[in-house]
Formats: sequence, structure tokens, C-alpha cells
Amino acid sequence: MSWTARIGAALALAAGSAAATGATAAVGHPVPWQLNMTEGASPLSHQVYDLHMYAFWVCVGIGVVVFGAMIVAMMRFRKSRGAVAETWTHNVKLEVIWTVVPVLILIALALPATRILINESNTGDAGLTIKVTGFQWKWRYDYVDYQGRPVSRVGFISKLAFNSDEARQLDSGINPRSLKSKTGYDDYLLNVNHPLVVPTHTKIRFVITADDVIHGWWVPALGWQADAVPGLIHDMWGEIDTPGTYRGQCAQLCGQDHAYMPIVIKAVPPAAFQGWLAAQESRARLDTVARTVQVTSVPAPAPQG
Amino acid sequence: MATHAGTHDDHDAKPGFAQRWLFATNHKDIGTMYLVFSLIMFFIGGSMAMIIRAELFKPGLQLVQPYFFNEMTTMHALVMIFGAVMPAFVGLANWMVPLMVGAPDMALPRMNNWSFWILPFAFVLLLSTLFMPGGAPAAGWVMYPPLVLQGGDSIAFMIFAIHLMGISSIMGAINIIATILNLRAPGMDLLKMPLFVWTWLITAFLLIAVMPVLAGAVTMLLTDKFFGTSFFNAAGGGDPLLYQHIFWFFGHPEVYIMILPAFGIISEIIPTFSRKPLFGYKPMVYATASIAFLSFTVWAHHMFTVGLPLGSLLFFMYATMLISVPTGVKVFNWVTTMWKGSLTFETPMLFAVAFVILFTIGGFSGVMLALVPADFQYHNTYFVVAHFHYVLVSGAVFAIMAGTYYWIPKWTGHMYSERWGKIHFWNSVIAVNVLFFPQHFLGLAGMPRRIPDYNVAFADWNMVSSIGGFWFGLSQLIFVGNIIYTVYFARQKASARVWEGARGLEWTVPSPAPHHTFEVPPVIMPGMLAHDDVSH
Repeated sequence: MSWTARIGAALALAAGSAAATGATAAVGHPVPWQLNMTEGASPLSHQVYDLHMYAFWVCVGIGVVVFGAMIVAMMRFRKSRGAVAETWTHNVKLEVIWTVVPVLILIALALPATRILINESNTGDAGLTIKVTGFQWKWRYDYVDYQGRPVSRVGFISKLAFNSDEARQLDSGINPRSLKSKTGYDDYLLNVNHPLVVPTHTKIRFVITADDVIHGWWVPALGWQADAVPGLIHDMWGEIDTPGTYRGQCAQLCGQDHAYMPIVIKAVPPAAFQGWLAAQESRARLDTVARTVQVTSVPAPAPQG
Repeated sequence: MATHAGTHDDHDAKPGFAQRWLFATNHKDIGTMYLVFSLIMFFIGGSMAMIIRAELFKPGLQLVQPYFFNEMTTMHALVMIFGAVMPAFVGLANWMVPLMVGAPDMALPRMNNWSFWILPFAFVLLLSTLFMPGGAPAAGWVMYPPLVLQGGDSIAFMIFAIHLMGISSIMGAINIIATILNLRAPGMDLLKMPLFVWTWLITAFLLIAVMPVLAGAVTMLLTDKFFGTSFFNAAGGGDPLLYQHIFWFFGHPEVYIMILPAFGIISEIIPTFSRKPLFGYKPMVYATASIAFLSFTVWAHHMFTVGLPLGSLLFFMYATMLISVPTGVKVFNWVTTMWKGSLTFETPMLFAVAFVILFTIGGFSGVMLALVPADFQYHNTYFVVAHFHYVLVSGAVFAIMAGTYYWIPKWTGHMYSERWGKIHFWNSVIAVNVLFFPQHFLGLAGMPRRIPDYNVAFADWNMVSSIGGFWFGLSQLIFVGNIIYTVYFARQKASARVWEGARGLEWTVPSPAPHHTFEVPPVIMPGMLAHDDVSH
């Protein structure tokens, strides 16, 4: 490992531990002792994170009041301290207050949630469309269109990387902590053979389905998960603002290897993505040509007698 | 054994073992059998949880194959829900509802016998699948198609087991409704009934409403699997999501079936140890009814991530959030019942106080989960696992334990060991938090549920959680020890009232409660009932 890579890894680690202590930098993967949700790398994920923290602090506030009252009651009104029980059994004013106030709190929670949800459901005007298909136990990605132009035959299967697959076997004898990515990240069970390559700063529409059973396509940095249901199309959108690697997993139980179909997104600047896509398309074209040549060169079968 | 065959009408004669238990029609005996059965299932389901937590102790597979792990998560849930929690509540209802309303027995004693004795057969069917070629069902307790249909023939056993459990639950529910509506002592008006009776009455209606729905859903699975139908098969014109809608139409009320009786128990215990009447009796009844009603309108919050249209998402989000209003009313009323009371903290009260706090924490994560955009990040993660274990273990199970300590002196005539009860409580309450609180962090960090192995970033909190799990599991041996001690060895006799602050008909009969009580309806005197001066 070069010294620049070492510093990079150390920085990544520092960013990771910052995330663990509450401040959530845009890390594309979970970090040890992580306590909170990732802020993610998409406008949606930032909104979801804010909603999550807002709801959390509302709950903390209610908890302080309710548990505080309980603790005071448990301290002050002990029989051992000579407390004598009152006999009152109701108080209409109180009962009305604690029915109405929670309703108001709920409205205050529902408003931002509704706004984000409406935003989340708007999958129009996407710059890139990717079809995601869940299989037992791998994902297939097909690029459908990019900047309004159909993409010709770019698609591939993405499955658990070989070293993870080897290490995950029962009694493999391989320490999961010994697996490292090129950047020194512990990528056990979160690495794949072919990551999904996407451009940054581009609204991406994901159309998600499955071939066999129900799967769940979930990359926390995008801010959502979507079930992949056979026979149905589920569409969501994401837009990644920082280049980097973002990892996720299948979220819906899909059989024995449910834990072993991770998702890795590699986000690159749009120019680099265009180059990558063009290379993929020309390779697909070459493949087609090769296959056509092969097929036509097959000798005609001998006439059957 | 059965040497007194001709004397079964003579109540003083000691019936043989088979006669007393196999042919039991006495609500107390049947209640005892339900409770013992539930305790056994609690330990069977608990051992499966221990296997799960042992495998998750550190990253990498050490103990079991992934498929077996999935069998464990599936069976753990089925055994705990249908074998441990629900029968425990039915057992408590059998014992306490007739005593509380002044009835001589349950209204339909022979059906009561059948309701119970179906259960062991159901669970033999279910557990036998563990020993079948191809293994037990492994598609999760929700049994989602198409995955569940990939299982072997064992799913037929699971489906028939679920049918039997459903029949048992429906008969139990009919019995409880018939008892409450027909056998109340004169003067025991509906709005004077103890909260435990009220919550069970409402729960029984929920059971009758939704168990047939579950039966329908699993029957369609059965025909899809074995008879070539395509209810849930997209390729045959069916819809996999149809199953989820039907299942959760059962499944969400089921959640309240497992918590409403717990609310009832807590509403009995807190006033007793606060020496103060329950605050807001009528709002408590209305809140229970509202929760039950709303529970039919929120099922799709289990399906937020399947791709529902925006309008459905909004409806189910608002409806789900609304449930927190009546639930909040309950929590506020319990706290206010304690306010200006005269509190003591015997074991039942300790469990009840822990219930209120920890159930409320589970309620908080419930409100967070109701917010659809946030749910898109929480769904199917350990955040959800933490949420429902807070409401089911430190909620429902703690309430069952609280009820057991509260009523066992009435059942056995002996006081349990207060010292060991407190040791059991403190171990349980600390361990349950070590076990489940870190699971919130794991879920937020991105760990999906139902996985046997994980990235090393999840290792630390999983280890903490597993330690809490083993600790919690071991602590429950203290519970069993205390029960055995109380039944067979305890010397300290319990008085009829048992607790200084206890009020209600059940405390007017001697301890232990005689085999037959209220053969003549009791005459209710002023001050005898806990809620006899309800003018609000």
C-alpha cells in the first residue's frame, strides 16, 4: 500500500468514527460501533435523515416528560416515605389535553413526512434509467436509457465477490476481518464482482423487479429500499452528489443466501460515466457481431433421412 | 389411576390424573395447563433465539448453515407468538376472568377443554417439521410467497398447525365472550368490569375477526403449493402482494391481540400497588376499543416498501400515527394513577413499571416507523427487530410475568419468593435492554434482519446484543425456579386479598382459590369492586 493510500484509509477511518459518534459524514458503508442512520449521498437521503432526527428528538422530548413524571412519582409517592394515596380518579381537562396535544404533535410530524414522500414518489425527468432485477441470489442491472437516448444492450449480473463467498462458508477458516478492499476497507459480504456504475449529479430512475421470489433492493446512502416483486415494477429515484462507493444489501428474506447478495454502487462524474457507458456499448456491439459470425458460420445440418 | 370413575360429581373426591387434566373442564385447571404449556413453549422458542444469537455472536458462520438459521428465525417467531404469548394470555383469562366477573366457570367448559388440547397437537405438527427431510419452513413467520412455496412438504404441516392454532384461538375467544357477556354476577355491569376483562373482551372479538383471515391466506398457500392454483403466482395471473395484504389484515390486529391483554394486566397491577384507583377508567376502555378498531386500518404499514401508490402510503401512514393517540392515553393514565398514590414495589409492580417505560420506548420507535420516508430506511432492518421485541418481550412477556407474580399467590395459596422475584426482575430488565437496545443501532447502521452473517462493522453491537440474549435467557431459569418454589415448597401462606391495595371479586375468594368458586353468584357490596363508583 502506498503512503497516499494509507493516509486515505486513515482519513476514511476517521470519517467513519466521526459517523459513529453521531456526526454522519457521507460514508457509503456501515462503520464499527455506528449508532445512527447515514445521512447518505442523495437529496432524498438527506431529507430522510432530517426527518428521522426530527422524529427522534420529538420522541426524546415526550420521553423526558413521561418518564420524568414517572420517576418523580416513584421517588415522591412511596409508601415507605409515608405517602398517603389520593382517591381522585379522573380529570376531564387533563384527559382532553393529552388527547389533543399528541394529535398536534403527530400533525407536525406528518407534514414533513408527506412532503418528502411526495418528492420521493416523483420519478419523472430522470437522466438515467436502470432496471434492477433480483434473482436468488444476485442482482442484474440493465441500463435502459441515458439522457433521453436508449442504451443498447448494457447489462450485467452483480453477485457476491469470490473472496467473500469463500470466507462465508461454514468453518471456512478464513477470518472475515482479513478481507480488505483496495482502499483497505473491511468489505466482507459487502463486495461484489461487478458494481453498478452510475453518474453523479444525475437523477436516476430505478425500475425494480424480481425473477423468482421477492427481494429488497436497499442502498442506505440513497435513502430508501424498494422490494423487488416478481411480476411487478417498482420505481424509485436517486441522485448521488459525491463520487464514491456506496454499499447495501438485499433487505427482504429471499432464501438461504439472502445475506449474500450485496449491492455496490460506484458513482463517478458524468464524463467518466459517459466514457464507461460508451465502452460497454461498443463491447456489446462487438459481442453481437462475434456471435452473429459464430452463428452464421455453423454448418447447415445434414438433411435428415 | 382413575379409580373414582363413578364419583366425578362429588367435588371432594380426588379425580385421577387423566380425569383431572385430560378431561378437564374446570377453568382453573385449564388455565394452569395453558400457562404450563406456554412456559414450555417460551423455553423452546427461547432456545431457538439462543441459537440465533450464538450464530450472530461474531461475523463468519460458526455454528449453523444459513438455511437452518432461517428455520430458526421462522420457528422462533411462530412458537413465541402462537405457542408462548397467546396461550399465556388465554391461560390468564381462563384463570382470572370467571373470578373477576363472579362466574362459576367459563361459559362453555367442554369447548374450553378442546381449545386447550388442540394446541399440543398443533405444536407437535409444527415442531416435527424440524426433523423432516428438507427441514422446517424457513421463509419467515410471515410465510411470504413465492419464497415459502419453495419449501418442502413441511409447509403443509406448518399450514395445518396454523389451522389448528386458529381453531383453538377462535374457540377460546368465543368462550371468553360468552363468559363475559352471560355469566357476570348481578351488579357487575359492563362498565364496572376490571380492565383485564375489558381488554380480553375486545381481544376476543379481534381474534374471531382475524384468525379466519389467516386461515384463508394459508389455505391459498396450500392450494398454490399442492393443487396447482395461482393465487399468489404472478406467472399464473396471481399476485404475490395479495398474500401480504391478506396476511397483514390478520397480522396487524394480531399485534394488538398480543398487547391488549397486557394492557389489561398492567391496568390491574398499577392501581393495586399505588393504592389508588385507576385513573380514567372509561377513557381506558374507550382507548382499548379505539386501538382495536384502528388496528384494522393500518395493515399496509408492514408493506410500505412493496411499491404501494402514494395515496395508499399516505393513508396508512396517517392511520398508523393515529394509533399512538389512544395508546398515549393509556400510558398517561398509568403514570397519573401512580401520581399521588402510595407506592410499593413488589415484583409485579416492578415488572409493570418496566412495562410502561419499555413499551413506551417500543411505541416511540413505532411512531418513527410509521413515517413512510423514514421507514424506507428502517424497514426490514434490526431497527424493526428492536421495535417489536421491545413491545413483545419487555411489553407482552413482561406483562405476563407481572401477572404471574401478581396472581400466583391466589392460584397456589403461597407467596412466591420476593427476593428471587426481584433478582429475576433486575436481571431481566437489564439484560433485555442489553439485548435489544443495540439492535436499534444495528438497524440504523444498515443491518438487514434475518441474516446469519454480516459485515465486520456490525460485529461489536451484535456481540453486545448476544451477551444480553444469553443473560436474558438464563435469567428466565430464575422465573421457573420461583414458580416451582411457590407451587411446591413455599411456606408463607397468602391471605385472600394477598395485596393491601387489591380490589375486585377475585380477591374475595380464599387463597388458593378453591376448585369451584362463585357456584352461587356473589352479592356485590359497596367498595368491593375496583371500579364501582365510575361516574365519569
